[in-house]
Amino acid sequence: MAEERRQKQCSVILPTESMKAMAESVGVGQLQEESCVAISEEVSYRIKEIAQDALKFMHHGKRRKLTTSDIDNALKLKNVEPLYGFQSQEFIPFRFASGGGRELHFYEEREVDLSDIINTPLPRVPLDVSLKAHWLSIEGVQPAIPENPPPAPKEQQKAESTEPLKVAKPGQEEEAAIQGKSQGATAADGKGKEKGLIRLKPRSTHELSVEQQLYYKEITEACVGSCEAKRAEALQSIATDPGLYQMLPRFSTFISEGVRVNVVQNNLALLIYLMRMVKALMDNPTLYLEKYLHELIPAVVTCIVSKQLCLRPDVDNHWALRDFAARLMAQSCKTFSTTTNNIQSRITKTFTKSWLDDKTQWTTRYGCIAGLAELGPDVIKTLILPRLTVEGARIKAVMEGPVVSNIDKIGADHVQSLLLKHCASVIAKIRPQPDNVEQYRTDYGYLGPMLCSHVMKARTQAALQAQQVNRTTLTITQPRPTLSVSQSGLSGSTGPRTPSIIKVPSSLTLMSPRPGTPSQPSPPATKYIVMATSAGTATTQQVITLSSSQSASPVTSTVPSATSTLQPLVKLESGSGPGLTGSRPLQKYIVVSLPSSASSSLEILPCLVQLKTQGLFGLNVKG
Amino acid sequence: MAAVQGGLVDADEDKDIKTEASNDSWGNNNANDGRLLSPSPGSSASAGSNKSAAGASEEQQTLLAVLQFLRKNKLTESVEILRREAGLPEDSLEPKGAESSGAGSGGASGGVDLEGGDASSLLSRVTASSTAGAQAPTKVAAGEDQPDVNVVLSAYSQQGDPALYEVYYSGLKRFIESVLDCHRAELSQVFYPLFVHMYLELVYNNHESEAKAFFEKFSGDQECYYEDDLRVLSSLTKKEHMRGNETLLDFRTSKFVLRISRDSYQLLKRHLQERQNNQIWNIIQEHLYIDIFDGMPRSKSQIDAMSGSLAGEAKREANKAKVYYGLLKEPEIELPLDDEDEEAENEEGKPKKKKPKKDSLGSKSKKQDPNAPSQNRIPLPELKDSDKLDKIMYMKEATKRIRLGPDNLPSICFYSFLNAYQGLTAVDFTDDSSLIAGGFADSTVRVWSVTPKKLRKVKSAADLNLIDKESDDVLERIMDEKTASESKILCGHSGPVYGISFSPDRNYLLSSSEDGTVRLWSLQTFTCLVGYKGHNYPVWDTQFSPHGYYFVSGGHDRVARLWATDHYQPLRMFSGHLADVTCTRFHPNSNYVATGSSDRTIRLWDVLNGNCVRIFTGHKGPIHALAFSPNGKFLASGATDGRVLLWDIGHGLMVGELKGHTDTIYSLRFSRDGEILASGSMDNTVRLWDATKAFDDLETDDFTAATGHIHLQDNSQELLLGTYMTKSTPVIHLHFTRRNLLLAAGAYNP
Repeated sequence: MAEERRQKQCSVILPTESMKAMAESVGVGQLQEESCVAISEEVSYRIKEIAQDALKFMHHGKRRKLTTSDIDNALKLKNVEPLYGFQSQEFIPFRFASGGGRELHFYEEREVDLSDIINTPLPRVPLDVSLKAHWLSIEGVQPAIPENPPPAPKEQQKAESTEPLKVAKPGQEEEAAIQGKSQGATAADGKGKEKGLIRLKPRSTHELSVEQQLYYKEITEACVGSCEAKRAEALQSIATDPGLYQMLPRFSTFISEGVRVNVVQNNLALLIYLMRMVKALMDNPTLYLEKYLHELIPAVVTCIVSKQLCLRPDVDNHWALRDFAARLMAQSCKTFSTTTNNIQSRITKTFTKSWLDDKTQWTTRYGCIAGLAELGPDVIKTLILPRLTVEGARIKAVMEGPVVSNIDKIGADHVQSLLLKHCASVIAKIRPQPDNVEQYRTDYGYLGPMLCSHVMKARTQAALQAQQVNRTTLTITQPRPTLSVSQSGLSGSTGPRTPSIIKVPSSLTLMSPRPGTPSQPSPPATKYIVMATSAGTATTQQVITLSSSQSASPVTSTVPSATSTLQPLVKLESGSGPGLTGSRPLQKYIVVSLPSSASSSLEILPCLVQLKTQGLFGLNVKG
Repeated sequence: MAAVQGGLVDADEDKDIKTEASNDSWGNNNANDGRLLSPSPGSSASAGSNKSAAGASEEQQTLLAVLQFLRKNKLTESVEILRREAGLPEDSLEPKGAESSGAGSGGASGGVDLEGGDASSLLSRVTASSTAGAQAPTKVAAGEDQPDVNVVLSAYSQQGDPALYEVYYSGLKRFIESVLDCHRAELSQVFYPLFVHMYLELVYNNHESEAKAFFEKFSGDQECYYEDDLRVLSSLTKKEHMRGNETLLDFRTSKFVLRISRDSYQLLKRHLQERQNNQIWNIIQEHLYIDIFDGMPRSKSQIDAMSGSLAGEAKREANKAKVYYGLLKEPEIELPLDDEDEEAENEEGKPKKKKPKKDSLGSKSKKQDPNAPSQNRIPLPELKDSDKLDKIMYMKEATKRIRLGPDNLPSICFYSFLNAYQGLTAVDFTDDSSLIAGGFADSTVRVWSVTPKKLRKVKSAADLNLIDKESDDVLERIMDEKTASESKILCGHSGPVYGISFSPDRNYLLSSSEDGTVRLWSLQTFTCLVGYKGHNYPVWDTQFSPHGYYFVSGGHDRVARLWATDHYQPLRMFSGHLADVTCTRFHPNSNYVATGSSDRTIRLWDVLNGNCVRIFTGHKGPIHALAFSPNGKFLASGATDGRVLLWDIGHGLMVGELKGHTDTIYSLRFSRDGEILASGSMDNTVRLWDATKAFDDLETDDFTAATGHIHLQDNSQELLLGTYMTKSTPVIHLHFTRRNLLLAAGAYNP
């Protein structure tokens, strides 16, 4: 290997053609081939010499990259005038042209409009050198702070949890090797025993330093406390800080215990906070949660399927929590399910079992369906679609039968919309085009007609989205029609809802995905409430959009805002035409506007909410 | 205030330095016709005798060449002096005119190279050429057809059949491979120098294609640590290239030193004589220095540990000189008993703990170390009142120092330079850790205060006049409150700043730069006071003496210079390195200077007489970091090869090797009590090593100082106490505070 490389070094010489080209560029016309060879050898040698000197400057400059200034300094060292003002964007600055038996190299110099240069805004001044101190080590232990590299990289955590026998910590591994060596040399008979000892997984202690304990206390308090701004900060910290590996067992116990207590006490708010913590932990790129799933999964599943999650089931929006938790569940299935732990199949089994049970309450039923539905279209296809008829009959019994209880009715209502929402897109994909209401009714029973209309909507929407090329920064997509229960009475012939362009005083333009169709006939009663934060607020708030159109996982974004200072700036109410179906309810779009600088790349999907919620997920669930 | 007195002649200089009692040899050396540096009398005498024995014709020739050279460079004065002294057999080949400070290195290096007892009759020619050659690198750019260079190269002019070179070489190779195992490793050392010299001979005699073939055939056999040199060699294919190639000149002017046991040597000699292999025998005699020792041949690992330098191992004689590595006696300072402190300690109930500590501190200063140099071996500046105050502060801090050890590792505080854009080239902390300075590629030096105390300038002269000089707080009043800021920028250099050093009293800052100057900055006015010119090429490193006043610098011109702040010319020039001097460091007792170089050797120089007293070989790459242990006994060095080597200065031996880093080591530092060695590297780690253990294990071993052999155990992993990764931040400086907190610094490279 080395030999080969050296030979290469030995023989690398610039081609003579380059010499000719260079000679021509300085006006020497005819150069003998011999002199070309001689010159190219000399030039190659000098270039190597200079490169060697330049390397010296690189080493003393404490860099790994050779820079042009190193070359300049090396030239200076040799008493050669440095290269002045040579600058080229391209690798080779000159172009080649041939024609009429002549070959020509020329510099391509474009005309530059001076006014362009003058008018271009000045680049930002580079930041000045500054000094920042942090602890690299405290009495021999490296603190886990963002300034230090993460103590245990994710790969290591993963390997540790999946193949615990193979991995020892780097230091211990070496130690073990040394130990093994010395032991092996002295006593051969004790070798086997020694090996057994080495293979034991090192017991890791999880002692937290005082700082870590303080941090843990602060974070957990903020996460379940009353101050939303603090909570957002805490969640942000959990989601991004690299050094939480040590505290992971604590957090997971905290969450699991918290859920256990709060489910009993029906404290919806706290449950939501805890789920958001789970979400943040999962988002942290430096953490690998596998080891703690046995605590986290039961907590999450509880939040999906528990019979009662809040004190006033008729009023509180515990459905959102179920949705959210279901999404978390799906996410962890995706990330952590392996052939050994079989998380996904076990979870699926659990959900299916309780769904099939006749005695299951509507709330649990909803949770099971949501949990299954989030696992993806395949699961919907194989597990949910075949049961649509049965489920439809059950819903019909509640909706059209004698009034049993308000709670049951709401529950059935939610299950219905949930089923419609998830099944429509799947059916749209697997069913051939002509959507016949009757056909649907025979296939899916009570839910058939509604499904039919939803499928049609899903199809048009899919077509729309295919057209849509340019996304604006702030997009109001059409709310999912399937979400609205009240639309159930509508026939499938209702045209797509009109998007419209709203001009907001604070120069915020909301572009619809489909400009150019503002004058659609029979616009439904649409109400936009655009909320804007006052410019000065700096607190951040997490916004979880509940109706993401494509992605199965919720889109989470941090939006600077402050709940208290929000003021509706615009209230548009397009008059609901009296000629329209009276049953059409008002639809509310809540758009949270951002300070103009931060608005880029954030997509906010409005959420259609007809129920009073506690607004725990941030603004867009607030009615 | 280090004001420069213009027009200092050397005679005045002597007086200036000899403020205290003048030592005999000190005086003698300086009196030597104005030369700033002279080899020790012993070695010069031996060199002289060698030459006279060799006959006058070569001598004459050399002198003529030098004269010619001087005339060409219009150094008429020097020519005069040389002529006058031409009759003397003394080593006055390169007299020093008032302006020719740059060319002065030649004679000295010759002198250093000559200190050998080799009585070979061929020596004289080589020595003559070597003295002439050594000055060539500094003047290569100046002229094309210098006679001296030709003299050097002419040694190659002997003709042999170029086709036979390969036969010779492979014949020797076969022979060495067939000898007994115990001799094979030793004799294999011959391969590399032989290979290089044969290749160069071929190139010199214009056998280009043969040379190429020879190179391709045998370059793969050479040890991997010579790869860098081989790369240089491979690009050299023409006789014209040889002129002005520094690597080549190094190889020519200095004999490659091999250490071979007598048995192995006899074996080789017999073989070559039997075969009538004169070509190889000539090379061995002319260009190699074989240091023969009696005893067991060394093993492969022993040889590998010591080889790797540009010119082979150090001769054993080179490391024989006595080195006073002990510490100087601390000046007696009345410690004003701080009653409050004492009481507070008593109240806490730890009076017992304090007493023994104090005793240990006291005993250090009372006993005279037998290995310490006499207090006035080199004149040191007298302590000022402020220095005494600082010493007291130091003592106080020392009592609060943390005892470090394997179970008690230091905390590390890392100072990251943000937005440096790869431009940070040097960092230094003051001893009391109150200031931090950074040298940058954009020629600036920046000073930060890391304490709440801001940096202030002294008021302008006009404003100073208004101040009441009698007032108690006059020192406070002279400062201009308006200029207070956390950092100051010092502009003045015209090239990247590669070395930086605070004076011990925190009043000055030194910086060395690519522009060839060393600058002294005042930290009172934040202006440049002096620009020391002398190195005409980039100055890679500079450092203040631990006692202030003196400082050392080293650069691309292969010379390290010793300066005093109030002299604009260097006091000593340490020349002998065969390539750039990359780092310089003062011994804690200020009597010695260690320099590391790209020739992969470390040399220790005596400040008193400018002699090289130690040569350490063993690194396989340019040395970028040096550190003396606080007790002065040991030296640690780090290089681009990622290894830290430990040296016993007294015995002149390598005593340890610390492997672990994967990239260049840019910084080394011992903790204040010497228990921990910290190393910082380009591989973004700080590593801590158990220095106590590394040195303790030795003392139980019996030193085979006579043969200079070493048995290194590979115990790096046991000695490694900790590895701390930074976030893509190369560690380029380390510093232990007086309380043993480790400070590290580097620039964040996102």
